[in-house]
Amino acid sequence: MFKITKIVLLDILKSKFVLFYTLLLFVMSWSVFNLEDNYAKGILSLLNLILLTIPLVSIMFSTSYLYNSSEFVELLLGQPLKRSRIWISFYAGLSLALTLAFLVGTGIPVLIYAFSTVGIMMIVIGVLITIVFISLAMLCSILTRDKAKGIGLSIVLWLFFALLFDGIVLFLLFQLSDYPIEKMMIGVSALNPIDLSRILILLHLDQSALMGYSGAIFKDFFGTTSGMIVSLSALCAWAIAPFLISLKRFNKKDL
Amino acid sequence: MIEVKNVSKQFGKLQILKDISLTLSKGECVAMIGPNGCGKTTLIKTILGMVIPTKGDTFFEGKSIQNEYAYRNKIGYMPQIGRYPDNMTIGQIIQMMKDIRSDHDNLDEQLYINFKLGGLLEKKMRTLSGGTTQKVSAILAFLFNPDVLILDEPTAGLDPVASEILKEKISSEKAKGKLILITSHLLSELDDMITQIVFMQDGNISFHKGIQELLDETGEQKISKAIAHYLKQTQHV
Repeated sequence: MFKITKIVLLDILKSKFVLFYTLLLFVMSWSVFNLEDNYAKGILSLLNLILLTIPLVSIMFSTSYLYNSSEFVELLLGQPLKRSRIWISFYAGLSLALTLAFLVGTGIPVLIYAFSTVGIMMIVIGVLITIVFISLAMLCSILTRDKAKGIGLSIVLWLFFALLFDGIVLFLLFQLSDYPIEKMMIGVSALNPIDLSRILILLHLDQSALMGYSGAIFKDFFGTTSGMIVSLSALCAWAIAPFLISLKRFNKKDL
Repeated sequence: MIEVKNVSKQFGKLQILKDISLTLSKGECVAMIGPNGCGKTTLIKTILGMVIPTKGDTFFEGKSIQNEYAYRNKIGYMPQIGRYPDNMTIGQIIQMMKDIRSDHDNLDEQLYINFKLGGLLEKKMRTLSGGTTQKVSAILAFLFNPDVLILDEPTAGLDPVASEILKEKISSEKAKGKLILITSHLLSELDDMITQIVFMQDGNISFHKGIQELLDETGEQKISKAIAHYLKQTQHV
């Protein structure tokens, strides 16, 4: 089981891109903590940077890696290996490699400069978000055979979750401002893994006061242990569901 | 040994394989020929379980290959274009295959020795020429002493020396009573070793005959001429 994961992991770690990504994260985290004297502020700035870069890098790198490995997948399929095992190994290998890059690049600075519950929470969420977007990348790469289309799809997904979704939510908020939709917003936020992560961190930073009445409702829900468990499970579901769909398709795919 | 039963494959509107049935038995060296795009590679891939047929099934030693994978322990496959992870060296690739396949008892490293790849073990796959990559594919196909060898255009891209080494290897494996399935465009290359010919056209098998039978029927001396003769015959009818 772990043989192919190991191969994929080593293959990715050897590529210069992951090194570059680790360095980028490290420089980002390190400079943010040096610019801000207050670690909570630092975490907040870092959060915004990370929630843009991690999804982008995870989904783009994984999609292109999967397309570039198509011949390798073919080679493995000619061997006495179970199909699902091959696909799971790629998922595990990609997740491990990018998680490692994140832990070294951001995890270490956070632990040094902002060792706290929020800091650890942020590391956990960074790892989850990495895996969520790798899972989405696996779905993108299996949906279409064409590399350009697959990468296009992954960019669109990233744009949607990172930028468009917030716009749509904002639009809805203004349109429906006469109705009590605050509680509904909790459900809506679960539809976007990036929003979910942002809210989870913000509420641990006592910045929710800035979010008005919705913030109070959010605090009521996400601030409690059960709310946190629910939202973390929602993130886990985001990490698993797209992958499972892609696995199902991979088992039927012609190569 | 391998039995393909009523296999059809459709990609969108394009029907690649049209209700193909084929029985391949041990000790034969079967050449699969036909024009480009007639479904040779697709047929090979259904046997390997890489392409899942729309209809029909394939049996390996009497067992259906659906959702099976262990049977591939007995198959060595050399793809038409082998591509490998860019960052790995030849040595790592070979080691990786040994890790994946559990049967290490009787490794066949003859090709590896004859191709003289020993000095290239540290080279990365990315830097290799097409021919060297083909050599690696060939080494991997033969490495585990499989009962069945499936070679997709094995000599394409190899230089004459390497191609000769490979052909000798195929002959010696055939003498051991293995089933060998080869696709190729260049018939003359294979003249002396094949025992059966499968001729495919537009997703159908036009004929599947023993060499001697084919030569006798057409009254020709050479396989290529016999096939040309056969094709003319069928076109006139």
